[in-house]
Amino acid sequence: MALIPRFGRKTVESPPDIAAAALRSDRFRLEREGDWKRLETIVSRMESGRLRKLSDDDVIALPALYRTAASSLAVARETTLDAATLAYLEGLVQRAWFQVYGPRTSFLGWLRRFLGGGWSASVRAIGPDILIALAAMIAGTIVGWLLVSSDVQWYHALVPGEYGGERAPGASVEALRGTLFDKPEGASGLSAFAAYLFSNNAQVSILAFSLGFAFGVPSILLLIHNMALLGAMLWLYHDAGLLVDFIAWLSVHGTTELFAILLAGGAGIHIGRSMAFPGNRSILSAAAESGRRAAQVMSGVIIMLMIAAVLEGFARQLVTDTGSRFIIGGFMLAVWLAYFLLVGRRLPPARGES
Amino acid sequence: MATASSYLAAQARRRRELITPEGLSLSLTVAGRGARFGALMIDYIIINVILIVLTGFLLYLAFGVIGLDRVSDPESAFQSLEFLAVVWLIAMFVFRYAYFLYFEIGPRGATWGKRMLGIRIAARDGGRLTAEAVIARNLLRDIELFLPLVMIAGAQSGDSGLAGMAAAAWFAVFMLFPFFNKDTLRAGDLIAGTWVVEAPRRRLAQTMSVSEAARGTSQATGAKYHFGEAELSVYGEYELQTLERVLRDNQPESIVTVAETICAKIGWSAGQGDERAFLEAYYTQLRARLERDMRFGKRKADKNS
Repeated sequence: MALIPRFGRKTVESPPDIAAAALRSDRFRLEREGDWKRLETIVSRMESGRLRKLSDDDVIALPALYRTAASSLAVARETTLDAATLAYLEGLVQRAWFQVYGPRTSFLGWLRRFLGGGWSASVRAIGPDILIALAAMIAGTIVGWLLVSSDVQWYHALVPGEYGGERAPGASVEALRGTLFDKPEGASGLSAFAAYLFSNNAQVSILAFSLGFAFGVPSILLLIHNMALLGAMLWLYHDAGLLVDFIAWLSVHGTTELFAILLAGGAGIHIGRSMAFPGNRSILSAAAESGRRAAQVMSGVIIMLMIAAVLEGFARQLVTDTGSRFIIGGFMLAVWLAYFLLVGRRLPPARGES
Repeated sequence: MATASSYLAAQARRRRELITPEGLSLSLTVAGRGARFGALMIDYIIINVILIVLTGFLLYLAFGVIGLDRVSDPESAFQSLEFLAVVWLIAMFVFRYAYFLYFEIGPRGATWGKRMLGIRIAARDGGRLTAEAVIARNLLRDIELFLPLVMIAGAQSGDSGLAGMAAAAWFAVFMLFPFFNKDTLRAGDLIAGTWVVEAPRRRLAQTMSVSEAARGTSQATGAKYHFGEAELSVYGEYELQTLERVLRDNQPESIVTVAETICAKIGWSAGQGDERAFLEAYYTQLRARLERDMRFGKRKADKNS
């Protein structure tokens, strides 16, 4: 008997000879290990995502088996010195607990809930922080404009070379007009450009969100810096008498993209603000709560940036009329505002958020 | 035994008790920094291998199948190249974020690297692990890992001077964050309300006391091993667990060594070649004695106590 392989299949399949055990604690274990192994099989199937292979019996039995194993563990901790059995039970109860209290929704279920109101509700919940971010962005634009109008040299400090291209102080009005209205040769290159813009913008907004960790200050600085660039460009086109055309050109994707960056900055400020002023909660729980809400906002920001990239890559280059550009940009802005202000108002708050 | 007890003390420091909604106490072990770093390395190796293979495959498509280098029409060549570039850019982004998100939202709560090292993420408050929490902890990885590495590399070249050094130090704080709190949380864990815990998958090992030898009779020699009060009171729980490990590992040399050590300690002489039966009998009787005392509320941690 002693020479049976330790982990052999035989020992698993043959019913345990309970009376043969010399120790009381081993008899306790042998009486229950059938249930433990059934629980382990169910949990392993759930972990590997093969939920369809579970029979109805198994699904119904799971909570009861979990409680049995947990109470076995409580008893075993007091009565047995078998380290291997204790370790096995600890691991098993933990794994079962993760499954019993695991995420219930599939990815599609989560997405439906997210788009059907979870996202807009979390955006509304960080409203004050979005206003702070908006103020920072407006201030940044004004600062950029004022700096460049007082000294043109600021333009080169604010706008990196690769962004500017032909758009630099001293460029002729015709060249500037060309950047707004010329169709690029053919339609080629646009989708690659859009994909590049997306991954670039996504990283900027993730940075704006992440930096909120340091009490939100770097997020605000990042917003001001990025918007100063825009202010400088606005001044440049204003100087050439093309301000309205430039805003129309920008609005096609800008209403979506700038809105997304505004939300990302707001999400970062939300985290920083709740850590600086946690109120009655501990800093850790305040950070966790605001972090989850901000993450929901951020998932939406990524979606907005994808839409912005498509608009920028295709619509802006193919629609070259100022009026049509305003219509597209204004329409997108109206869609976003309507979604954030109206959708999901009557939804109960998500359970994970409270 | 100094190293063994300090190891056990370190284990105990990482233990956390969690009360489940049923009021059961569940003990979790916070994952060590080494395991977490190792898991991250494995994940990055996997991601980079996939990206390199993908890049190679796209280059093969570009030059091998489509034949960009010898095509005559530049317009169509450009369009094919553009399509490949889009695929590549999207793959870069997807693998950087979606790899972690997909696996950590899943039922295992762990990436491949974490699975290999037996760790997973969990909600710190004992509730459900939500998708938002996983998103939050993964978005923050950018400033914790990529920015400090880039900044520190930039600061050494010295062109940004003091400001660069200050920024590098500031970001290094994020990278070193797990070393300054007892749960080894990184900034992303703090924001998301998660932590990384050990998730061992153990098999149920053989019952120790069902063999004939455990009842005191050796099958090989027929000798009866029965130990008295004095011989069993020498050792405590720590030695019992060491003995259990030796018996389960079943290495002939260590069984002989341990049997000799115990014989010398308790002043007993067992016959050559019957060490395993001797140890099984001793283990069972020692455990029976210690478990009986345990039921009466008396515990003996090791031989010194």
